Amino acid sequence: MNTLTLWFHQFGSPPIFHRVTARLSPWLYASATLIGFIGLYGGLVLAPADYQQSDAYRIIFVHVPCAWMSLFAYFFMAINAFIALVWRIKISEILAMASAPIGAVFTAITLATGSIWGKPMWGTWWTWDARLTSELVLLFLYVGVIGLYNAIEDRRQAARAAAFLALVGIVNVPIVHFSVTWWNTLHQGSTVRLLGPSRIDSSMLWPLLLLALATHVWFFASVFARARVSLLELESGKDWARSAVLGPGAAHD
Amino acid sequence: MRYGTTASACAALIRRDLVLTWRRRGDALNPAMFAMIVVVMFPLALGPEPNQLARIAAGILLVAILLAGMLALDNLFRSDHEDGTLEQLVLSPHPLSLLLASRIIVHWLTTALPLIVVAPLLAEMLHLPRSVLPVLLVALALATPLLSLLGAVCVALTVGMRRSGMLLALLVLPLYVPVLIFAAGACNAAQAGLPFLAPLLWLGAALALALVLAPMACAAALRISIT
Repeated sequence: MNTLTLWFHQFGSPPIFHRVTARLSPWLYASATLIGFIGLYGGLVLAPADYQQSDAYRIIFVHVPCAWMSLFAYFFMAINAFIALVWRIKISEILAMASAPIGAVFTAITLATGSIWGKPMWGTWWTWDARLTSELVLLFLYVGVIGLYNAIEDRRQAARAAAFLALVGIVNVPIVHFSVTWWNTLHQGSTVRLLGPSRIDSSMLWPLLLLALATHVWFFASVFARARVSLLELESGKDWARSAVLGPGAAHD
Repeated sequence: MRYGTTASACAALIRRDLVLTWRRRGDALNPAMFAMIVVVMFPLALGPEPNQLARIAAGILLVAILLAGMLALDNLFRSDHEDGTLEQLVLSPHPLSLLLASRIIVHWLTTALPLIVVAPLLAEMLHLPRSVLPVLLVALALATPLLSLLGAVCVALTVGMRRSGMLLALLVLPLYVPVLIFAAGACNAAQAGLPFLAPLLWLGAALALALVLAPMACAAALRISIT
């Protein structure tokens, strides 16, 4: 067995997953906080004011990373949902379900910061624009996944049903986005691009990218934290979970 | 042990479902009644001004019919799950997706078709321009099977639950968004005198895709729910 497959198999085992993520979590949280503060300092203090929007544009340093995360969390959830349904790996079920509430919160933050920015800039809290509407539908998809997961008694069956819904949703996301774009558009196009030059000044770009990195690291830290708790719940009858919670030696009391 | 052909199994299932619906034919009218009552609410709330009603008539009709179809989804599998028929379908040697497809067809015939039949009456009550009515009917003919197919996937996920009504709405409505946009888009374009063919073609393409994929997704979802 090569190293990668071995790692994959080991990471899929609940005790090892619990041990590795427990060791990783504080580091992830600490580095996310550190990178986040550097990014925020760069964005809120060092970066110059916009010639048109003055200081009001600075909300993008929260808005844009959260918007990216709302999509990233959904993709992460869908990939884990796929793995969970095809190979029935318990850890993937738990990771998929752990990322749903976090993604939902990122989506909610995106909508909230967007409307706070929209009030002075567009003169309205909310408009029926394509991007806003598809972000709102994305929030509904998240809420649907969370609702379905909580509605079914059996945890593993609940996770599989919600994972299936997440996969149906991932087909829906581009269709919704396309249909509402066709329906109505006001939001500005993307300014930061992976391919080709970005249409944003570098003094504003680096804090943005740092904050995007910070939100990613934070996402993984909190996904692992949530996953660890639900893993302990799911495996509460097993020896390793008892000794992980109550300390070694408690397994055979 | 010998099994019949898949075609005969599907035919038997369709016959059984139609007979069952016919014996309780009063229930089949409920979605149409519901849509009618919802439509009546709008002039009461917005005022009887014909021009204003005509402008939003197509949208109101589509939303009312969509909601009526969504409420009817709940009994797609309910009685079969309660008396164990659904488990027999899952265990049968025939492809589950085809059996479910015939079930969905019957469901569309018994709940969505009455809605399409009463649509002209409702359109008249809301003063929808006559020229838009054919477009609305074509849009409904393409959109309602799509709604039934997409809805069936979500119902299959909630099949074992006792009170699934609100949750089902939460699961189904985000999937209905594109269907509603295209169906209403076609009607609004026709009303404004613009070309309306493109959204109808999109609906048709989506229906062709869903006809193939949704029964399979529905079968997969049902296998998760029934363990």
